[in-house]
Amino acid sequence: MTPADVLRSATVRFWPALVALALWLAASVAHAGEPIRLWHAYRGAEEQALDEILASFEGEVDLLAVPYDAFASKLESTVPLGEGPDVYIDAHERLGDFVERGIVAPLPFALSPEAYPDKVIAAVTIDGRPYAAPTSQKCLALYVNTALVAEPPASVERIAALADALPDGTFALAYEARGAYAHAAVLAAFGGALLDTAADDYAFEGPEAARSLEFVAALIEAGVVPEDADGALVTNLFGAGQAATAISGPWLAADLDRDQIAYVVVPLPTIEATGERMRPLLTVEAVMLSPRGAQNPAAVDLVEHLSGAEAAAIRARVARSVPARADLELPPDPLREAFAAQAELAEPTPSTAAMRAVWEPANRAIRKYLRGEVEAEVALAEARRRYDDLRRPPPPPASPTPALVVLGLLCLFGAGLLVHRARKLGPGAGLAALRQSLPAYRYVALGVVAVGVLVVLPILFGAGAALFAGKPHAMYYVGLANFTQILTARGGSLLATGSFYVVLAVTVLWTVVNVAFHLGIGVALGLVLSRPAMRLRGLYRVLLIVPWAVPSYVTALAWRGMFHRQFGAVTGLIHAINDLLGTSLEPIAWFSNFSTAFAANVATNVWLGFPFMMVVTLGALAAVPSDVLEAAEVDGASRWQRLTRITLPIVAPTMIPAVTLGAIWTFNMFNVVFLVSGGDPDGTTDILVSEAYRWAFTREAQYGYAAAYAVLIFLLLLITSRVADRLLNRGPK
Amino acid sequence: MTRRADLLESLAAHTVILLAVCFSLYPILWVVSLAFSGATSLEPQVLPIPVEPTLEPMREVVGATRVEPDGGEIWLFGRQLANSLVVSTATALIGVSIAIPTAYAFARFEFVGRREGMRLLLATQMFPAVASAVPLFMILEALELLNTRTGLVLCYASTSVPFAVFQLRSAFEAIPEDLEEAAMVDGATRFEAFVRVVLPIARPAIAVTFLFAFMTAYNEFILAATLLDDERAFTLPVVLQRFIGEYDARWDLFAAGAIVVSLPVMLLFYQVQRHMVAGLGAGGVKG
Repeated sequence: MTPADVLRSATVRFWPALVALALWLAASVAHAGEPIRLWHAYRGAEEQALDEILASFEGEVDLLAVPYDAFASKLESTVPLGEGPDVYIDAHERLGDFVERGIVAPLPFALSPEAYPDKVIAAVTIDGRPYAAPTSQKCLALYVNTALVAEPPASVERIAALADALPDGTFALAYEARGAYAHAAVLAAFGGALLDTAADDYAFEGPEAARSLEFVAALIEAGVVPEDADGALVTNLFGAGQAATAISGPWLAADLDRDQIAYVVVPLPTIEATGERMRPLLTVEAVMLSPRGAQNPAAVDLVEHLSGAEAAAIRARVARSVPARADLELPPDPLREAFAAQAELAEPTPSTAAMRAVWEPANRAIRKYLRGEVEAEVALAEARRRYDDLRRPPPPPASPTPALVVLGLLCLFGAGLLVHRARKLGPGAGLAALRQSLPAYRYVALGVVAVGVLVVLPILFGAGAALFAGKPHAMYYVGLANFTQILTARGGSLLATGSFYVVLAVTVLWTVVNVAFHLGIGVALGLVLSRPAMRLRGLYRVLLIVPWAVPSYVTALAWRGMFHRQFGAVTGLIHAINDLLGTSLEPIAWFSNFSTAFAANVATNVWLGFPFMMVVTLGALAAVPSDVLEAAEVDGASRWQRLTRITLPIVAPTMIPAVTLGAIWTFNMFNVVFLVSGGDPDGTTDILVSEAYRWAFTREAQYGYAAAYAVLIFLLLLITSRVADRLLNRGPK
Repeated sequence: MTRRADLLESLAAHTVILLAVCFSLYPILWVVSLAFSGATSLEPQVLPIPVEPTLEPMREVVGATRVEPDGGEIWLFGRQLANSLVVSTATALIGVSIAIPTAYAFARFEFVGRREGMRLLLATQMFPAVASAVPLFMILEALELLNTRTGLVLCYASTSVPFAVFQLRSAFEAIPEDLEEAAMVDGATRFEAFVRVVLPIARPAIAVTFLFAFMTAYNEFILAATLLDDERAFTLPVVLQRFIGEYDARWDLFAAGAIVVSLPVMLLFYQVQRHMVAGLGAGGVKG
């Protein structure tokens, strides 16, 4: 078969497939008769309850379960464009943000004060208007393993007293001590709060806050509470019977049904040190209307149906949810009643922008203090500074005139440059060159259009956003203010954690170390694999490529799990080494130190990236002529000489493009840093791109600010690559 | 003496490679072990062996169904797997078809804007997606492609073009120009020579480029989760993401899903890996 035949037969085989594909893609899922669109993030029993509730609804509903992490960003990117859901179910905390962005419309009906407790109505009311119909309430409570503890202890101190009597490896109290959400309950018992609701200002400071932190640290120190516990670990410990009590929410109960653990739920205990009860934050789940949904009477009917008494009864029966309504007669259920009793004692999480800015500084302060790095007061003062930094006033609007003048000058300059070039070529030569280029343009036309519209244009718009500030959809021009703020570290110390220069240094270190390892391991393995006498080469190659084939978000999370201090495989390895060699190595708290957290990130990324370099090396080595090597051997060149004088010089030019791209990708490797260390400890392992991500999505959507980061990253890479290019091209060529 | 040295060297080589294989497989075996565990071990383990082995998570993930409004039941997971495969295949086909002529022009023609074009392509790789995602939505909205799989495919395909052009350009440059010239002397046009002579020789490189484009689309979830508006249109990474909520994460389901998701790519890798060495290294001949 000639090559042409191959191509022809391939085309013949491909066409029907291509046509079918096009048809399939064109038939995007139709919304017949415009049913009401309802979005939620429920799973398991709650999803079942929702299905059952919808079964008794008259109209047609198009239901979409959205991943929790994507929920807010999906709403933000669709609703303002008139797309997205008519009705959605979300937590009341997000209402403040949604109102500011115009994603939610006020309820067209009033919430009866007889039907709902006052604080539930207050939770969904903003500026005197109700914005959502409450359905259920969620908060933390105390789970007690009845096999380990006969009577629910009345105070945290009594729980702590259990510790000695419990078997080894079993904790008296499991909860997410390092998170501000759970700590808020402890803080309340000490008379403090994360936010001063009256003044709408940061309140996680002062002696109460410090004492609450010291109290928790003592519990961890005494082995009562596991250190470094996240939600999943709490679930696992309690589910495996390795925690006498646990502080968790209703979601834990759903998991426990599978584990067949005997337990009861009671309201959170008191803290004897203060004599006060722990009071958790309350989340009110509520049905919200998008502006488009508010125009649709059927959608409003759906909201009433979802928040009605009948729906609450179904939810209570199927998912054991605590109803938001107070006017219901429900069959007895000890679990639901315990959570209901706790909900009565809980305070709704404020939904203001100030509250949203509290989380990150508070979380970091708690972790930093619990790691034992600083005094409580120091950690709290730092958190206050971070909060003020996040809530700093946006830059004032600037006049666009200077920018327009600069733009005009640039255009003039560009035009001048073009004219100059054309002149230099001689009269008519510019046109002739263009005419000669026509055939090539036919080949690149498609590429130019595709990359131009869907790659370059978004980049240009994104870069342009760096000159603006404010919420998306309400941005205003501020000139270079974002850049000035970044480059001056927003008035703080230029060498403080999180300042542009420190993060840049970390990023450069990150890139250099990673690329060095990628190259070192990749080239070494490539050389070994390409030995002429190597057996099993094909098998080895396949096995070594595997890290590349598995999605990186999966393996990054697997690596994070392996580095867990108490339960990770790396700790297992350390134990095994201790057993084997009789050493007494301590398990390492990987994410408590910059150097170890950075090492964990690097290990993950090296693992992800070395196969690419190995394959590139193998390809490049295939091009090394064997006769030259043989000749060198005959001439008495040692193996090392052959490698450094012949093989590597031949291989190097081929690998330069791959190394350049590898370095660029590593510089912007967001997944690994975000998923493995998450910036821990204290944001020190964040690189520029993860910092930009935080500004764009978790810190009040300071989108222009994030865009300015992106532009700076781009400029840095561009300049570096140009300089490197110059240096390399001045070399042997 | 030399035979013994050879043997030792061979032993050392295999040891190095086996260590590397352990390093590369260990985390993946953890994912596998998690997917088949019926319980979570709370002792740090060294060997990734499932605790209370079970097929339950796998069944739960793969067996996911959905009841349609008309009462019929569809195999949701199957539908979503098909979505992933079709979207990724379409991405790779479109991306590679766009990149092939573009790369050929960059490899063979002198034209105004050639150098600038290559630099621009490299520059697109430098700008973090964080800042270009939102404008992308606005452009898709303007093109009325929001919430469609077509829009998703076009986005993925365009994003995959720059890297595909780098790959293919060096592959085309490695092919001696004499071959096309010979064909053209025989009466073929430039385009015919390109299609009949160059493309068949470049097949390994095209296969590798196809694989890369396929993977870009197959593993992507941020854009897919934000763009797609119907459970039946979801791709698998979006489905996986649903297993990890803020408070309750079902790692067993996540791991089981991850394995199923990885299988097609592994198969593809296995198929293409022979070409991969040739395809990635082809630039070497010309530098």
